[in-house]
Amino acid sequence: MSQADAPVPVPVPASGPVAEPPPPRRPRPLWSLGLLRSELFTTLRRWRTLALLAVLAAVPVLVGIAVRVQTSDGGSDGDGGNGPAFIAQITNNGLFLVFTALAATLPFFLPLVVGVIAGDAVAGEAGAGTLRYLLVAPAGRTRLLLTKYATVLAFCLLATLVVAVTALIVGALLFPLGDLMTISGTRITFADGLLRALLIALVVAASLVGISALGLFVSTLTNSGIAAMATTVGLLITVQILDQIPQLHAIQPYLFSHYWLSFADLMREPVYWDDLVKNLALQGGYAVVFGTAAWARFTTKDITA
Amino acid sequence: MDDEPYAPPSAGPPGLPSAPPPVIATRGLTKRYRGGQLAVDGLDLTVPAGSVFGFLGPNGSGKTTTIRMLMGLIEPTSGTVSVLGRPMPRATQAVLPEVGALIEGPALYGFLSGRDNLLRYDAADPTADPRTRRPRVGAALDRVGLGAAAGKKARAYSLGMKQRLAIAAALLQPRRLLVLDEPTNGLDPQGMREIRGLVRALASDGTTVFLSSHLLDEIEQVCTHAAVMARGRLLTQGAMADLAAGARGRLAVTTPDTADAARVLKEQGVTDLTVTGDRVSGEPPARDPAEINAALVAAGVRVRGFAVERASLEDAFVALTGEGFDVAG
Repeated sequence: MSQADAPVPVPVPASGPVAEPPPPRRPRPLWSLGLLRSELFTTLRRWRTLALLAVLAAVPVLVGIAVRVQTSDGGSDGDGGNGPAFIAQITNNGLFLVFTALAATLPFFLPLVVGVIAGDAVAGEAGAGTLRYLLVAPAGRTRLLLTKYATVLAFCLLATLVVAVTALIVGALLFPLGDLMTISGTRITFADGLLRALLIALVVAASLVGISALGLFVSTLTNSGIAAMATTVGLLITVQILDQIPQLHAIQPYLFSHYWLSFADLMREPVYWDDLVKNLALQGGYAVVFGTAAWARFTTKDITA
Repeated sequence: MDDEPYAPPSAGPPGLPSAPPPVIATRGLTKRYRGGQLAVDGLDLTVPAGSVFGFLGPNGSGKTTTIRMLMGLIEPTSGTVSVLGRPMPRATQAVLPEVGALIEGPALYGFLSGRDNLLRYDAADPTADPRTRRPRVGAALDRVGLGAAAGKKARAYSLGMKQRLAIAAALLQPRRLLVLDEPTNGLDPQGMREIRGLVRALASDGTTVFLSSHLLDEIEQVCTHAAVMARGRLLTQGAMADLAAGARGRLAVTTPDTADAARVLKEQGVTDLTVTGDRVSGEPPARDPAEINAALVAAGVRVRGFAVERASLEDAFVALTGEGFDVAG
């Protein structure tokens, strides 16, 4: 990575007569990361990305306000029987809004948003024609794909954090904070609770690794960003439905959404790791299988758009 | 030149051992799309170093497919491509940093400014130094006359401005080869003139320019060499002078005295005479045209205009194919 021995860069295209062509420039590992920065910046500059993040941020706000309005009507704890996990405890401790919001968004909103970004990653560039210019730049097909996947994963984390942080702020504004009760009934300090909330956010983000890889693979199959997004979201819905059909229990452990809600196990004392580990392993498996498929497809594909 | 001891083995035309190797060389290059459609059929293209090479053909003749194979975007069905002496698409990462390309029109991020578009394309090149990125982008923008509009969102650009921005992207680095596919599309006459000037300036820097166009006129004005494609096959290639030599120029005289003019011209050996309005034209004999003009004036013919119209590439093309320059079916 040493750049001390770099040939003196030519600052601007030469406009005078050139006797000798400049020596060929060599790629540098550190410079390669410039594409990742550019990719993150480009993704976040899209109003669509910002709109999706705004929708995600709206979920905890709405849940928080709804719970607040309902409880101030007199019903002390609500009925607590329905709704996302942890919703009954929000009135006692605003921190539970983080868990509730993640439990509410993980089955659909979060993967939907990630599916849109992942599906659009390659196909959107192809549809706009910018893919051919990135490739003749030359971005390198493997490097571009890795950059795209890294960006989608960064977006998974960002989207999850948007939900979690909004929920934390809303929870702190509308409800009391303090020590809290785990599912197992033990008491933990607020600081410990905060740490678990962060851990849960990371696990939720990691739960989206599978659909990210799937979406990226779909994205390499078509030149239409819309088609890739729709297909990815369609697969998401299909998988969610399949996961609900009892007759299909044999295949359900292999569906990427099957262990999603295992993040709640982090709120047990002691933490129940089995399903959490299964979830992470499953997500890793999806990343390997569909990441490889996306690579095989993208590196051999004719770029005709 | 003959005493150069280590002349590299040339893949160029035989008989020119000391010529530098061609910048682009294809052998039997063929692309058959999955539908079975043969887009490019056995292309043997040789682009000499330092040339401004016109790549001509009607829309749908396989030019763009060829360019995409040159740039490693499409895998050939058979045949080989070498660009800057390296095989494509295998050597894309080594070759393409030295190639600037405009392929099938501009493609931009509409929600980014012109400058941010170029910054992104430059960041995609792993050989581009980020420390010089901004000045290089600024210089490229200035070079295509977009300096003032650099901060505007690309979505708000006119087609001509988008075209210029795409050309600027090809100029982010000093290049050994520039591939410009229909570079004057969407430009007004002034813009076309600027692009031609730019191409000439780049060529005089030693950059080889590969210019595809369906406009014969454009190719004639800037190119030193040309190749003509139709229906996926290469009809001819070579230096412009050689190509146009196949079709001789025509003599055209503008005069109110067309009848007299036609008679005198016939006496002077001009054949294939046609009279349209106040214009008489024909195939000139192999003599100094000045003598023919003198004869006209001596015969009392009032001459308003007298010109030998250079054989156009279109004439050459028609002579070559026996057909017009229309979209292939």
